[in-house]
Amino acid sequence: MKVLVTVKEVAEVADDFEIEGTEVDERYLEYDLNEWDDYAVEEAVQLKEDGPADEVVTVTIGPERSEETIRMALAKGADRAVRVWDDALEDVDLLDVETKTNLLKAVVEEEDPDLVLTGVQSGDDTFGATGVSLADEIGFQWGAVVNALDFDADEGVAHVHRELEGGVEELTDIDVPAVLTIQTGINEPRYASLRGIRQAQSKEIAPKSLDDIGLDADAIESDLTLTSMYEPESESDAEIFEGDASETAGKLAEVLREKGVAE
Amino acid sequence: MSPDVLAVAEHRRGELRDVSYELLTAGRQLADATGGDLHVAVIGGDTESFAEELDREGVDAIHTVSEGEEFNHDVYVQAVEALHGELDPQVVLMPNSVNGLDYAPAVANRLDLPLATDAVDFEYDDGLTVTREMYGSKVETTVEVGGDQYAVTIRGAEWPGAEGVGDADVAEFDADIDTDTGSTVTGFEEVGGGDVDISEADFIVSIGRGIEEEDNLPLIEDLVEATDATLASSRPIVDSGWLPKNRQVGQSGKVVTPDVYLAIGISGAVQHVAGMKGSDTIIAVNTDPNAPIFDIADYGIVGDLFDVVPELIEEFE
Repeated sequence: MKVLVTVKEVAEVADDFEIEGTEVDERYLEYDLNEWDDYAVEEAVQLKEDGPADEVVTVTIGPERSEETIRMALAKGADRAVRVWDDALEDVDLLDVETKTNLLKAVVEEEDPDLVLTGVQSGDDTFGATGVSLADEIGFQWGAVVNALDFDADEGVAHVHRELEGGVEELTDIDVPAVLTIQTGINEPRYASLRGIRQAQSKEIAPKSLDDIGLDADAIESDLTLTSMYEPESESDAEIFEGDASETAGKLAEVLREKGVAE
Repeated sequence: MSPDVLAVAEHRRGELRDVSYELLTAGRQLADATGGDLHVAVIGGDTESFAEELDREGVDAIHTVSEGEEFNHDVYVQAVEALHGELDPQVVLMPNSVNGLDYAPAVANRLDLPLATDAVDFEYDDGLTVTREMYGSKVETTVEVGGDQYAVTIRGAEWPGAEGVGDADVAEFDADIDTDTGSTVTGFEEVGGGDVDISEADFIVSIGRGIEEEDNLPLIEDLVEATDATLASSRPIVDSGWLPKNRQVGQSGKVVTPDVYLAIGISGAVQHVAGMKGSDTIIAVNTDPNAPIFDIADYGIVGDLFDVVPELIEEFE
């Protein structure tokens, strides 16, 4: 069985930052592997270690810079990587779900996986929609917000738990081929070992242009346009305690005593 | 195309969820702007009684689809697709809930509609503009949605729930649904339970990512012991396996309403806030003065928990 994992490099914004137009100024951004995708990669690698999967391939939509992040996934045990990028994507502020679906569909058609794992969402634009949209587009079954996976290779069924709100989980059986969107906490993502990092250097990252995957510029015409970005207005009317740690802790203690919860 | 809005209600285990009523308010807001009617779909379960409850002020029509007891994404996608074909509405509104995430993207894809998820606000003026957050709520954005028909999911608790008794036309809709699908819901499971019920606590000390590593947990446990508090946490602490699931406060954890909620090193992501905003008094300790937790806190300390907590322990020892 082949598992394809979508891996995204996301930008994280520093505590203090400035906005330039419709972007956070580059100086305040740090790039990292999307948290949810980290769990998806781990789940895929465990499927390989446990038997059902023969190969784990990652796919990323991202510029050359994202190869550093892709290497992280390779160091954790993915076998090889595909990276889709095109100059035409440089100027797109916000890749909408449809565009990502189109790009990933083309890769799925080429790779022909049995199972696709994605993170539930990405930490930057948080659409939370690409996995399910992709599943529908390629005619796979799917399950969103999966926080437990028991894969039955003989039956070709993924027994999953979907984490609903309020401490309730839904138990669902999903036929493969399928796309599962993976929630954090499903496993404990490993750290990349030194050996893994070394091995990752020689693993293949295949760059693909739109042309390479048989698409033209129409496929990346986004329906969504970012028109403004701003810091949300603080609605805070909190009383902030001033002073050093001992003074602020003293005032906090006073409140706790006043409220009668601590003595 | 009609200028109408179609809102899809959500229910679980025999009850409509709050977001259903919020969808009615958001849907009415949009329908007023587009100059159309507000249609509501309710799919599966006891549709008759759900329709009665959903008949609130501002709702023009309710379409019931009797298929299955609980949510199934294949059924929902087919039902919404069929209703869309019938009504041809300008906007389909769905919840940005876990189940919303499980069918709304497929609806948008199948109907070839642009999709804007997790809307916290929107405006319509000859075109749709949606307000969303990015980078873990650090920035807010406005997004213009192209085309003339849209799919939008709304964040819970951003719109008030619709009230008042309505006068909607209620009708059964025959969606001709293929139930031979590739996914089957086999049951539900409550998680948590365990030794402590944090939803019963009067005083909660709750920790988040700011604690940095598991080795720092004893510091917080000392505070909990010194103040006779109950220990809880945000999601990352549970994901890391440092505390059991029954300690998690938030959308996917427990909802708590203590007299005092002391949030230490918690930034206040919307999913966390959903679980604790009903606390009488909220106190936050965080190094980032812009952390969203301060927006809902009554008292705050902008500072390093590793400086503040030892001092606080001393106060109570």
